[in-house]
Amino acid sequence: MNALLRKYRFATGILALNLLLWAFSPALARNSARNTASFLSEVIGIVPPVMLLMGLLEVWVPRALIEAHLGPGSGPRGAALAMLLGTAAAGPIYAAFPMALSLRNKGARQANIAIFLGTWATIKIPMLLMESSFIGTRFALLRLAFTVPGILLVGWLMERIAPLPQVAGLVAPAHRPEERRQEPPAF
Amino acid sequence: MITVILIGMTALAYALSLAASRTRTRAALRIGWRSLLGILPGLLGMVGAVGLVLALLPPDALSRLFRQSGPGGFLLIALTGSLVSMPAPVAFPLAGTLVRLGASLASVAAFITTLTMVGVVSAPLEIQHFGARFTLARQSLSFLLALAIGMLMGMVL
Repeated sequence: MNALLRKYRFATGILALNLLLWAFSPALARNSARNTASFLSEVIGIVPPVMLLMGLLEVWVPRALIEAHLGPGSGPRGAALAMLLGTAAAGPIYAAFPMALSLRNKGARQANIAIFLGTWATIKIPMLLMESSFIGTRFALLRLAFTVPGILLVGWLMERIAPLPQVAGLVAPAHRPEERRQEPPAF
Repeated sequence: MITVILIGMTALAYALSLAASRTRTRAALRIGWRSLLGILPGLLGMVGAVGLVLALLPPDALSRLFRQSGPGGFLLIALTGSLVSMPAPVAFPLAGTLVRLGASLASVAAFITTLTMVGVVSAPLEIQHFGARFTLARQSLSFLLALAIGMLMGMVL
């Protein structure tokens, strides 16, 4: 019970804030609940498929492949590939975290992880299309031109400012010891 | 629309995987399911936070914000983009309206960049995956990048 409460402390905290808001301004609280419900319906359509795709990636993509193309020795080609993978994405940045962690656990270089996250967040293709149609093509292309080198720079800096611990030290939901899984058997 | 494509892609990938190997497909399903359960607490918190922030800072309050000018207004808009998080189909029409209402392109560019790259509400989820240090560094660097992009866009456009 306590563990459950701890796990959900962020969610319960938000719930408590909403109840507090309800006491002061029922209209605002109703609005918040409505927004939450509509956002939840979006999240339900995006997160489960992304998680299932990540499962396939874990099982089918060999570590050696990721290490060779996105690993420490992959250089500019690795950065370009990380960007390419990010642009093809669908869904907001919270869907990118599990994918990025999976790539990291398979040996991708940290700079490439940061580049992948940045690209996924702000310059993926579906986003650029919407940006061009609602604001203007010139605006979208110009922002793209400034963002690409910026994201590369952020990736490079990330490796120097906040190096991630060795892969074994990373504990992710899918990789917690108590949930340790066996390697999938070969065919 | 994106959801339909995503679900279709997932279904297709699983069909191919199933044709290739039953055991591996089952392993993939298990990993996917466990990861989903793992991020559920953080995800629910984030969803609630997005709804709450959007209620406290609705789009029409945001457009008032964009009437602020000068470096202070610019910084405030970039900060708001980091705090608020909204789905792209809401964000881009809003940005388009702001531009037509006369918001400066520099602040709109900074706003879009922080809106998408920096997320206070998705930070707990990011910390769960990559740790606090990584999250803080990535979000701060992205915030600075957004300011730089906004200023450059302001100079060019």
